[in-house]
Amino acid sequence: MRPGSAAASGEMKMMAEDVKEEFVSDDDSEQTAADGSLSNPEVEEGSTLLRRMEICVGEAEKRSGKNAVSMQETFTVYLIETRPMDAVAEGRNPAPDSLWRRYSEFELLRNYLIVTYPYIVVPPLPEKRAEFVWHKLSADNMDPDFVERRRVGLENFLLRVASHPVLSNDKILHHFLTEEHGWKEVVYETGFQAKADSRLRALSATYRVRNPDRRFIEMKHYSDELQSHTSQLLRARARVADRLYGVYKVHGNYGRVFSEWSAIEKEMGDGLQSAGHHMDAYAASIDDILEEEEHYADQLKEYLFYAEALRAVCRKHELTQCELEMASQDLISKKQQREELATGIVRTFSFKGMTNKIFGQEAPEQREARLKLLEELIAEGEETVKEKTAECEEHVQKARVDMQRFREQKDRDLREALINHAVMQISMCKKGIQVWSNAKECFLKM
Amino acid sequence: MSVGAPKGLASSGRKPITEILHPLSAAEEPLSPGPDVTVTVEGDKEPGLTNGTPVETPSPASASLLFNRLQLDNDSEADGRDPYATAETRDLFVTVDDPKKHVSTMETYITYRVSTKTTRIEFDLPEYCVRRRYQDFDWLRTKLEDSQPTHLIPPLPEKFVMKGVVDRFSEEFVETRMKALDKFLKRVADHPVLSFNPHLNAFLSAKDLNKRQGLALLTKVGESVKHAAGGYKLRARPAEFCAMGEYLDTFSHKLGTIDRIAQRIIKEQSEYLTELREYGSLYSNWAGSEEELQRPLEGVGNSVSTCCGALDDLSENMSQDFLPVLREYVLYIESMKSVLRKRDQSQAEYEGRLEAAALRKQEDRTPMPAEVEKCQDKVECFNADLKADWERWQSNKRQDFKQLLTGTADKNIHYYEKCQAAWESLVTLLQDKQAEDKTSETN
Repeated sequence: MRPGSAAASGEMKMMAEDVKEEFVSDDDSEQTAADGSLSNPEVEEGSTLLRRMEICVGEAEKRSGKNAVSMQETFTVYLIETRPMDAVAEGRNPAPDSLWRRYSEFELLRNYLIVTYPYIVVPPLPEKRAEFVWHKLSADNMDPDFVERRRVGLENFLLRVASHPVLSNDKILHHFLTEEHGWKEVVYETGFQAKADSRLRALSATYRVRNPDRRFIEMKHYSDELQSHTSQLLRARARVADRLYGVYKVHGNYGRVFSEWSAIEKEMGDGLQSAGHHMDAYAASIDDILEEEEHYADQLKEYLFYAEALRAVCRKHELTQCELEMASQDLISKKQQREELATGIVRTFSFKGMTNKIFGQEAPEQREARLKLLEELIAEGEETVKEKTAECEEHVQKARVDMQRFREQKDRDLREALINHAVMQISMCKKGIQVWSNAKECFLKM
Repeated sequence: MSVGAPKGLASSGRKPITEILHPLSAAEEPLSPGPDVTVTVEGDKEPGLTNGTPVETPSPASASLLFNRLQLDNDSEADGRDPYATAETRDLFVTVDDPKKHVSTMETYITYRVSTKTTRIEFDLPEYCVRRRYQDFDWLRTKLEDSQPTHLIPPLPEKFVMKGVVDRFSEEFVETRMKALDKFLKRVADHPVLSFNPHLNAFLSAKDLNKRQGLALLTKVGESVKHAAGGYKLRARPAEFCAMGEYLDTFSHKLGTIDRIAQRIIKEQSEYLTELREYGSLYSNWAGSEEELQRPLEGVGNSVSTCCGALDDLSENMSQDFLPVLREYVLYIESMKSVLRKRDQSQAEYEGRLEAAALRKQEDRTPMPAEVEKCQDKVECFNADLKADWERWQSNKRQDFKQLLTGTADKNIHYYEKCQAAWESLVTLLQDKQAEDKTSETN
């Protein structure tokens, strides 16, 4: 399944329908119930939401409303339509359920997913603002072409999430797709925002972690490379598009001058005139060509943003690993303290040790009390270490699985994107040959 | 159509060109041995030329038929400009090639080899091979202009180049100039009148071109036309020559526009090429950090690189082949305009003298002096020559531009074909790999 390839939503539907391997489980053949809970939390291996539900982002509309600070604003909403797959398979054609969502709600959903599944490389959203534009392309968010490409991007996001073995089972996702009103409250109620790691913590962990898993180091390095290469490529591509536009458009001037010249010629006139028309056609053809190329750029952009998601998973590992290390370190030092207290031998410098030397040893009761406290702390610490170890282990296991899945998906998708890019280039060359051959015919008749 | 005093100009458009006898076409014209033997300025004959080999004369034709059967190296095939004359009558073949640099204490300059093959009896030998430099071509052209003022002389490439801006000895410059000199000489050699000019003969055959000596007798002739320069105002130019002038002005303007467009295209292509190169290299860079994707990315980088090479070739062709021809035609137009001006002057001189003579006749019954009739003839010859040259020029122009523009279209087609091939081979490569992977997966 490759929802990433550029296609109209119609094609997306077809791709979803093309799935053959999975049979539909009877329990959840209908859409999720109104209360939003999945009736069957135990989903078969490999079966995802997408195989049970057809999803598409059909349209976009402009709305006006008051925003958080009670100011009037215009924004775009997108229509999400869903239909149960089995209904389609049985030939019934019920009207799809639909609701409207705006971009910020998609963002909210994604943020929730990132926090809730920190070991998953969460699919990215299409860009918030148009970047990597070449001069003719609009940077305006309300521009219809931009809105259209964003619509495709949002659908792509939903399809990717809904086909993910882990993410597709999420309740909040189901809500998002089926309950227009009150969804935001439900999301906030999960309290995911509190679980989010502060940037500061995450950043400090990057520096302080001593022993991160080698694979995560490699992946993080790779994510940097991926981001750097795709962004450079996108920028260069925009410049190339700009220049190519110029080359084609200048040829249009031939059209006019040939026409003027043909007016003073006798035998040459017709040939020149027709050739001029072909030059005009040549100049005009670049608009469509570059429009198509934007799809390729969007595919590259998706992986540019994916790089960030990949890096997030690596950072989470660093964080959990760091916490584990800190907890272990804490436990070790507490155990050392206990040993010192018990044996009286000071191994390492401690304030207590020093004060003991200066002010004399403390009373046995005080020592007992402190020992007891330490034992409790050690017990707690051991629990913490156990927890952190488990947390870290779990994260490592699950993340490795998903990173592998991501890597395979990326290889497939980008390879296909490159092939499609080559195919587009071939088509462009054919058009060029056609136009110039036509012009040549006219010249021969001169 | 003329109005007022001048009367009886045969070439005022009353007769179509086909009916007006070209001064050289009369069968009664005796064939004299050689142009360097005698020069007579007779009344009816075109000044400066005693012997003309008209197109219909049998003797050179049969010689050239034999000649052609010998399968001589025919350069005209290469530039495809055959319509200058029918195949049977071409008996003078010239080529300019083999540029060489000469360094002397005084100066450094380039000479070109000028090869001639001919069956004409005006030449002593059937083949010649001499070396000439640009100065010599310039000398030839000036001499032709002076001695054949009523004819259109093909243009030379630009004489002066700014020393700091253009490298006079770069391969490209020399190549472009040589092609233009070759074209110039071929056009002269194919012209039914110019090709018999004694200066051309000297240019092609003399070991040392003694330019100072010149052929003094012939220069006298040129002066009579120069005398017409002062004091005579043209009453009314015949419509057809007006039309020619207008056409030339508009055509020149259009060529200028096309030149500017072509230059702009070259510039845009060059900037596109720069960006494209950078873009291609980024794919190769990226390939370095990938495993599965390494080959596809390298492949894309290579395809882009191939396209860059193809684009480079295309742009170079525009500069080397397209622009020079345009510019040469602008020069050609200027030559034609100057011939038109000379014609005007010749007509003006005639009108002036006629008026003066008519007045005198009225006063004291002096008969029309012979000079006036001579002038009339001159004008009529001029008009006839000009019209013949004009037709030839128009026909050549049509061929030249047809060739030029189809050539440009071809180059563009080749460019796209090369690019298409590069991308197609990549797709095949990638799809084969995909099929390979699929089969290995299912196995």
